[in-house]
Amino acid sequence: MWELIEKNKRKSIAVLILMFVLMTLLSGAIGFAIEPQYGAYWGAAFGILLWAVQSLVAYFLGDDIVLHFNMAVVVTPESSPQLYNIVEEMKIASGLAVMPEIYIVQSPGLNAFATGIRPQKSAICVTSGLVESLNRDELQGVIAHEMSHILNRDVLFMTFAGVMLGTITMLSNALLRGTIFANSDRRSRKKNNIPGSHPLVIIVLLLLAVFAPVLARIFYFTISKKREYLADATAARLTRYPIGLASALQKIAKKSSVSFVSKITAPMFIVNPHFAGGDEDSVFAASTHPPIYKRIAILTQLQHGGTVSLGNYQKIYEKEVEKSQLLSNAVLKADTGEKIRAQSVEETAAESAKEVGDILLANAGFKILTCECGLKIKLPPSSTAAKINCPRCKKELCTESGVLSSTASEDGETELVFKRTTLTAWESFPCQCGKFTFQLSPLFRGTYAVCKRCGTKVKIEYPE
Amino acid sequence: MTFVLIFLAVLVVCAIFFFALYNKLVGLRNIVKNSWSQIDVQLKRRFDLIPNLVETAKGYMKHENETFVKVTEARAAAMSAIGKGNVKEVGAAAADLDASLAKMLMTFENYPELKANQNFIALQEELSSTENKIAFARQAYNDAVMVFNNAVEMFPTNIIAGMFSFKQSDFFEIEKKEEKEAPKVNF
Repeated sequence: MWELIEKNKRKSIAVLILMFVLMTLLSGAIGFAIEPQYGAYWGAAFGILLWAVQSLVAYFLGDDIVLHFNMAVVVTPESSPQLYNIVEEMKIASGLAVMPEIYIVQSPGLNAFATGIRPQKSAICVTSGLVESLNRDELQGVIAHEMSHILNRDVLFMTFAGVMLGTITMLSNALLRGTIFANSDRRSRKKNNIPGSHPLVIIVLLLLAVFAPVLARIFYFTISKKREYLADATAARLTRYPIGLASALQKIAKKSSVSFVSKITAPMFIVNPHFAGGDEDSVFAASTHPPIYKRIAILTQLQHGGTVSLGNYQKIYEKEVEKSQLLSNAVLKADTGEKIRAQSVEETAAESAKEVGDILLANAGFKILTCECGLKIKLPPSSTAAKINCPRCKKELCTESGVLSSTASEDGETELVFKRTTLTAWESFPCQCGKFTFQLSPLFRGTYAVCKRCGTKVKIEYPE
Repeated sequence: MTFVLIFLAVLVVCAIFFFALYNKLVGLRNIVKNSWSQIDVQLKRRFDLIPNLVETAKGYMKHENETFVKVTEARAAAMSAIGKGNVKEVGAAAADLDASLAKMLMTFENYPELKANQNFIALQEELSSTENKIAFARQAYNDAVMVFNNAVEMFPTNIIAGMFSFKQSDFFEIEKKEEKEAPKVNF
């Protein structure tokens, strides 16, 4: 199936060809500005050559340089068995022929990226901060995302596109200076009656110089964003556990800044490394990667769907983002999907501490709401609003997720019952005395809950 | 003369088409074989790990002999099933082994000293990772089987599949045994 996905890139290739045409036009125009008779051909040839040389350098050296400069350490099965195991698991799931090399970079930022233009010689690099703060399931999600970049040949693709973007920017700078130069030299040109000095020609050249880089950037970012969603979809399918990646993204979003990244490699990171603190303010950061809350929202919904398949991801993507196809119908049909797997037991110490903290807050009367995007909102007891908006994804949330119902118990007496709808999030409902709000944690498994004000006993029922 | 040439050209095109389809089928079958050997490797890796785990645990838990015997028996059964190479039998045996392993891991919960043993922690990570790998290898294998079986069934590859007797492969399923044999608790 993964072979099919690889072939499924007509649109991306079309965009790449468009960029190529743009670059040739631009370099031809420069040639024309310098020497109107044959300059256009020479210019075009020069542009293509420039791109080819840069691409070759990127192809053969690539991110090896990045790894060597930052003292990245190779991971062996002995040095960190868990990380190695996780990568091997994902390698098996993806059917990749060769095990990628694994590196750890010493950095407190949380991020990861894949390199390796050829899948036979690929590498996955993670920061030390990432390994420390993610649990097994989350780390697996991140590794699967990076593995998908390798599998879908995104590294090759984005490197060529990135180099092309760089060439176009460089050329347009040259052209802007060139036309100004030609203008100052107009007197000598007029004498020879050369068409290069015609005002219309100059206007066209200037327009080209200004708009070519903008256009190229739009093309580049369209591909980049799509590849990100596609890698998320593939990762969810490989791990059979979308929520693992979702909660990893949430942690990474807070602390993704890493200093050693060039703009060409930025699309290979799981979250754009050029912004810190989760504010997606930098234009560049917001452009290579889709907004994190959207990625999380899609993955969370996929998790609740029960079956993870590329087709289901496509459906949710259309609902959340835009009506456009990530993959062709043939690929979507070929994937019958897998059932969501169970969570692995291990939890990081920080997580279990947080659970305990939540339970203490709930006891103190705080309302704890879990949004679809994964954010946990803690409302103080003084708040009385019936509805609030999630600060991250702006979705409207009811402060009370359920209501009490009463049924006749076996002894013939009426009994208050609360039916839980989910076991992955907090749930809250008001007591009939109106002075107390029940808070049920995702870990709560008791048969009864008791109101602390009036002592009413409420039976808790669980979903199948 | 031209008629003969056209006829020859058509023949050549047909032959090329024929070989391409045949090669596609062989390629798909090889992917299936490779994915199966991945499952094989991981199952065998688990067989190697089990005796180590049992040896480490035995020192701490003297009264759980029955559990160990069951795991060892299930391991032997699964090993012989793999020797035969029948996909369905391997699936059934692997399910038995899964169930008895799960039971053994449950009993470990009662021995905090064992759980603190460094050697044991490393072995347990290895074992759980190997189990994940088996699951992921199964997933990759079934994906490959799906694509291959579709090719065997669908036009035009089905003609060539019929001529050279390419047969559909079996899916690999490990049924969860624990759910069927839930432990009975008496109050």
